[in-house]
Formats: sequence, C-alpha cells, structure tokens
Amino acid sequence: MNAGVQPDPPVAAGDADTSGWWDATREHRFVVQACGACGAVQHYPRAICTSCGSPERSWLPTAGEGTVETYTVVHRSPGPAFDPPYVVALVRLPEGPVLLTNVVGCAPEDVHIGLGVQVSWRPLADGRNLPVFEPKGDRHGLPADR
Amino acid sequence: MPDGVAIVGAAESDLGVTGQTILGLQAQGVTRALADAGLTLADVDGLATTGVSRFSTAQVAEYLGIQPTWAEATMAGGASFEIFLGHAAEAIRAGRCEVVVISYGSNQRSARSRSLGGVSETHLPDQQFEAPYGPLYPISLYAMAAQRYLHEYAATPEQLAEVAVAARAWALLNPKAFRHDAGPLSVEDVLASPLVSSPLRVADCCLVTDGGGAIVVTSLERARDLAQPTVVVRGWGECTTSSSMAQVPDLLVPGAAVSGRRALADAGLTVTDIDVLQVYDSFTINVLLSLEALGVCGPGEAARLVEDGRIAPGGSLALNTSGGGLSYCHPGMLGLLLIIEAVAQLRGQACARQVPGARTALVHATGGILSTHATVVLEAGR
Repeated sequence: MNAGVQPDPPVAAGDADTSGWWDATREHRFVVQACGACGAVQHYPRAICTSCGSPERSWLPTAGEGTVETYTVVHRSPGPAFDPPYVVALVRLPEGPVLLTNVVGCAPEDVHIGLGVQVSWRPLADGRNLPVFEPKGDRHGLPADR
Repeated sequence: MPDGVAIVGAAESDLGVTGQTILGLQAQGVTRALADAGLTLADVDGLATTGVSRFSTAQVAEYLGIQPTWAEATMAGGASFEIFLGHAAEAIRAGRCEVVVISYGSNQRSARSRSLGGVSETHLPDQQFEAPYGPLYPISLYAMAAQRYLHEYAATPEQLAEVAVAARAWALLNPKAFRHDAGPLSVEDVLASPLVSSPLRVADCCLVTDGGGAIVVTSLERARDLAQPTVVVRGWGECTTSSSMAQVPDLLVPGAAVSGRRALADAGLTVTDIDVLQVYDSFTINVLLSLEALGVCGPGEAARLVEDGRIAPGGSLALNTSGGGLSYCHPGMLGLLLIIEAVAQLRGQACARQVPGARTALVHATGGILSTHATVVLEAGR
C-alpha cells in the first residue's frame, strides 16, 4: 500500500452527537456510547439510546479489541484515498456494538471470519485519528515501520 | 386486504442505453402504461414516483401536465415501488383517489451518473463512521453478507453463480433484456469474471442500465371495464430496517421475513401457493437471502435450491423470468420492473418466457444496503 502518497480518506467533521467520540480519538482512546439510564451500549453515537430512548449518555472506554464478523476485499477504488486491494470488515466489539472498519497490518488473504483484531490508529491531518484494526498478537509479517 | 384493487396498465419505457432524459423516460412509461390500460392522463388523480429530484412527484406531475390529489414520493431505493403499490391500494380503497400511476425512469448508463462510492450526504453518520474505510456502495455490504453466508452455511461461490447463470438463461428468452444476445453464461464464466468486492465478482452484480416504466392502479370495479386482463393486488408488506452497513440487524435474515409474511397473510396464501416469483437480484446473494426470508426454503437451503437449473427456464421454481437485474435491466432501482414482469406473467403475455398457467405472483424488492424491504402478492383476475 502506498500509504505515504495517499491522501487522507474523506472523513466528515464531528457534530453535536459525535464530537466527544472524535475528541477521544485525538488521545487514542476508543470509546463507545453507554446509556446513563439503562446501560445499553451503542455505536455510532446518537442523541438518544436506541434501547430505551433516554438522552442520558456517557463515553465508555473499550478494550480496543474485536472479532471479524465478516469482511470483503475491495478490488476497485471508490476514490483517490483508496488503493485496492484492501479489507473492509464488520468487527464486533466485546462491549457489543459492530462497526465498519479496515483490517490492516496483514495480507488481505490472511483475514478470515472469527479473526481476533485490535485497534490501531490512522492519523488524520486535522488531529483526529481514524480507528482501524489489525490482527491481534502475531502480526503476519507486518512491516516494522507501520 | 379485500380484493378491491387491480393493476390495469403496465409498460416499460425504453431500456438499456437510451440517450434520453429521466423525465422523458418517465413520460414514455406513463403514456405507454395508460394506453395499455385504455386510459389517458386526464383520468389520473394519483401519482407515485421517486428518484427524480427532491420533489419527485411535483416534478413529474408538472412535466406530465397533471395535478394529482394524491401523491407518494417515499424514497426507499429499489423497494419504493412495492411500497407505492401497497400505499396506493390503501388510498384507492379509502376513496382518496381512483387512478394511480406509479412510475420510474433512469438514464444512469447514458448519463454515466453512477459512482462506485455511492452518493455522499455529508451530514449523515455513515460519512463519519463508514465512508472513511472505502466500502463500495452498495456492493461491499452485499459482499460482506455473502462472505458470512458462505461461512455460516458452508456454501460456495459456484452456488452464488447459479443465480446469475439462471438469470442469463431467462434473458435469452426476453428480447427486451440487455443481455438477450449475449449468449449463455456458465458457472465457470461467472467465476472467471473479475472480483469487485470479494466474494462478489462482476457477474454477481446487476447491470448498470437506463430504464423505467409505469403501472396503472385502480379499483377492481373500474378495472372490469378496461382493456387488459386485471391483475388483483392481494397483499403487501413492508419493513424498514437500517441505512448504514454496520447497522443491518441480521446480515442473513433481511426484512423480507417480515414484509413477506404480511403480504402472504393479507392474501390468505402461503408461499407454496405462488406460481411466479420476482425477487430483487441486485446481487446474486440477495436472491438467496430473500428466498430464505420469504420462506421458500429454510436458512442456508437456498444455495442448493438454485443448483441444477431449478431456477432456470423449465425448472421447478419460476424466478426472475425477465432475466432480472443481472441480465435484463437494472436502472438503479429495479422494483417497478419486477412488478411489470409479474403483470406480464399473470396476463399470459410473457411470450417465450411465459410460465404456463401462472395465476399468482409474489414480488419482493430490497432497497439500499438491506435497508428497505417490500413484498406484494398479485393474482390474475377471474
């Protein structure tokens, strides 16, 4: 991957619902939203809890780990920031939510359903960091400069 | 639902590569469908359409020179038109309108208006939480569902390919199909086509074409005086589940499970009573997921159901008899063309691809990325 010459991916600005979440990424903290009323955990951040409707919300630190629930290797580029082939995956966190992400740090063919992954941070020009995931433990030949 | 509403007119606009405008294709479909019914624009008091602009119904009404007193512009992607038909049937039964036109047109192939990343609306959560990762929209979501399906049920890419193979065989019987003259497709051909978003290959994905059409809906009472054999709207159901990729409640059980159950319950039928199925085939996997959710077979069984030519012409399950989105036409949203094909089958007007004695049809459409789901059950009038 030509990470050095690729532009940042398009990442829309945070908003009233999400800026706290993005602020945490500036400190490499991966958080999810927890409901102050019923305790349900959700991602992405919203103005209410989708389990009980309460507006009481707080940020719950996560272990930064997850499991690949499913994935796809993308072979065509949707824009200049993307250099196929790369892995887009749905990762389930032990805290509950599922998120869309990239699995990096290994060859696409080494990704499989059930793979344990941990968060890694891709810096953005505006100081935010984009969470991506890489295989836990054995780095599958990950280059030292990553 | 009482048997009070019927489809009395149906027509495709020009399809394929037309060089026409969206509104021109709309007008072509509407006037052809009205002529098919033996009606005129002056008879129309209801209009349902989408995919034109922010004010789709106002724009189309103005272009046609009509002022409908009932209009519906729900944007639910490919499933919009099955939803429109259900809503129109209720409005007609309630006496809010008498003759509804449901229309669609797209010139996406001529206009080259389709992009691999989809349409970005920067105020939406997916632009912060999904678009940064470069999924292809909508392909990558269906690809991830397919990957999960293959894993969960030990199914194979060859079985996915069978859906595209059968679609091509039907298209060879349909002169209007984009791939009518393309010759047969084999499982090997599908597996030799380039990967787009694994495990889905080019041949697992629907066409990108222009196209559109219209149907005319009115009361069964009025239908009896009109030109064509009536097609009765027996039931419908809808289910809206999600908008983003990570928020799909269950990748293997789409909302077809809910919409299909409701539509069949309305009709007092079971899926085994259905003679012809039209099931949205934006991607091969979507057909397997929908067949299972509709109860045609059990979870994980569709992969084997589609083998050995069972869904090809002459097979035991008459499915996507036009050639579907995979080999007939996919103008961005296929839902209306699915209904038009069902009408042709129930009228006995489907020529070389006619399913002998077809009396009942089920049409199921999926919109977005397993986002919207709608089913209608139709029956040939007596």
